[in-house]
Amino acid sequence: MSETRSIAVTVNGKRHEATVPVRVTLADFLRHQLGLTGTHLGCEHGVCGACTILFDGYSARSCLMLAVQADGHEIMTVEGIAIDAGTLHPLQQAFHEHHGLQCGFCTPGILTTLIELLRDNPDPTEEDIRIGISGNLCRCTGYQNIVTAALDAAKRMRSDDRRQTTDD
Amino acid sequence: MKPPLFSYHDPRSTADVVGLLASLDNAKLLAGGQSLMPMLNMRYVLPDHVIDLNRVEGLSHIRERDGALDIGAMTRQRDIEFSDLVRERCPLMHEAVRQVGHRQTRNRGTLGGSLCHLDPSAELVSVAAAFDATISVIGKSGVRSIDFAAFPAGYMTSSIALDELVTGATFPCWPAGHGFAFVEFARRHGDFAIVSAAALIEEDNNGKVTRASLTLGGMGPAPVRAGEVERALIGEVIAEKRLREICEALRKLDAIDDIHAPASYRRHLATVLSRRALVKAHERIGKGRRP
Repeated sequence: MSETRSIAVTVNGKRHEATVPVRVTLADFLRHQLGLTGTHLGCEHGVCGACTILFDGYSARSCLMLAVQADGHEIMTVEGIAIDAGTLHPLQQAFHEHHGLQCGFCTPGILTTLIELLRDNPDPTEEDIRIGISGNLCRCTGYQNIVTAALDAAKRMRSDDRRQTTDD
Repeated sequence: MKPPLFSYHDPRSTADVVGLLASLDNAKLLAGGQSLMPMLNMRYVLPDHVIDLNRVEGLSHIRERDGALDIGAMTRQRDIEFSDLVRERCPLMHEAVRQVGHRQTRNRGTLGGSLCHLDPSAELVSVAAAFDATISVIGKSGVRSIDFAAFPAGYMTSSIALDELVTGATFPCWPAGHGFAFVEFARRHGDFAIVSAAALIEEDNNGKVTRASLTLGGMGPAPVRAGEVERALIGEVIAEKRLREICEALRKLDAIDDIHAPASYRRHLATVLSRRALVKAHERIGKGRRP
């Protein structure tokens, strides 16, 4: 019989209480118990980056964490990026416009990774972006449009910040 | 690919960890999880108990004491990467940690986890060898220190006992202005290096080497110090031609022969990367930040 634990986790701003088998990974908990299937599982051993989420604001591979470890912590998945149901985040908008995805499997991990990167470094170079997403495998795009989209998103987010500052 | 069944423990103190290690059979310690979790997912390891160290107090810190950096075992690689103290006092470690995996893995991966996993080409393990670090360990018979040279017991196996826990490591700092360089060759950015070279040097006012540390990762079961080259460098002025002669000694080193690279290629990389690391270290002499 599988050992279980009760946990309380905040995911995309919403608190969840759940009972989880202790061996269940955070990725499987998000997908199967919370139904947040935007987090994708590619390799399940920390190589492909598709399952990247933000754990207390820092990117992490959710296949390399146990759900019990998230007790008391805050998680953001790809579902938490958009501003609301009808409005894409500037990063998502840039991916849409620059064709930054084809099959879309790697996209959730790349978006969450870039959310952290652009927060820490709002004005990245192309090389910064390429190193930043080096832990995310995409087999469709050759990365070119992903990098273009990320650089454009950075530009948009900087000008949004400036506009907000001026408004204040 | 799902982890096997196990019992989960999340102790809050090192004393509790030691108690659990003493009483449980077939237990595994879970630090940052960037190596153990894949091994659990792939069922390379089948522990009956997983002891999670992430809620243990007092294992995450970077501080300077008696001219050395004392770093807690659960200090994240990210915290080492962004530490001003590490960049100023152990710039080699700063340069090395940026080559460990990717941002997402450094956010979770820890110093202690890397040391204990003891991958032959792990950057932080090479750094520990380069600085002659001292590893602090606690077990039911008390605390003890292990010189890094005695820490590896074999391929991916440390010399700590099954009922012991690594609590941290101490890295003696080199004087301000020393030369340093960590260079590696990997097929892709973020991959484990096929071979890495870590160099530390001091020179006198005439540019002659007075002290040298050269460590090669990815060659043997654990990083090796190139003692013969270190000794040959003393009194020399770093110059490409002379380095070629001195680094030839590295072609005699034992090297792993596997799917990633044959031993002869690793020996070749050892000579090339050592030369590059020593030249880079030499160029940086006197440029380090002074306290």
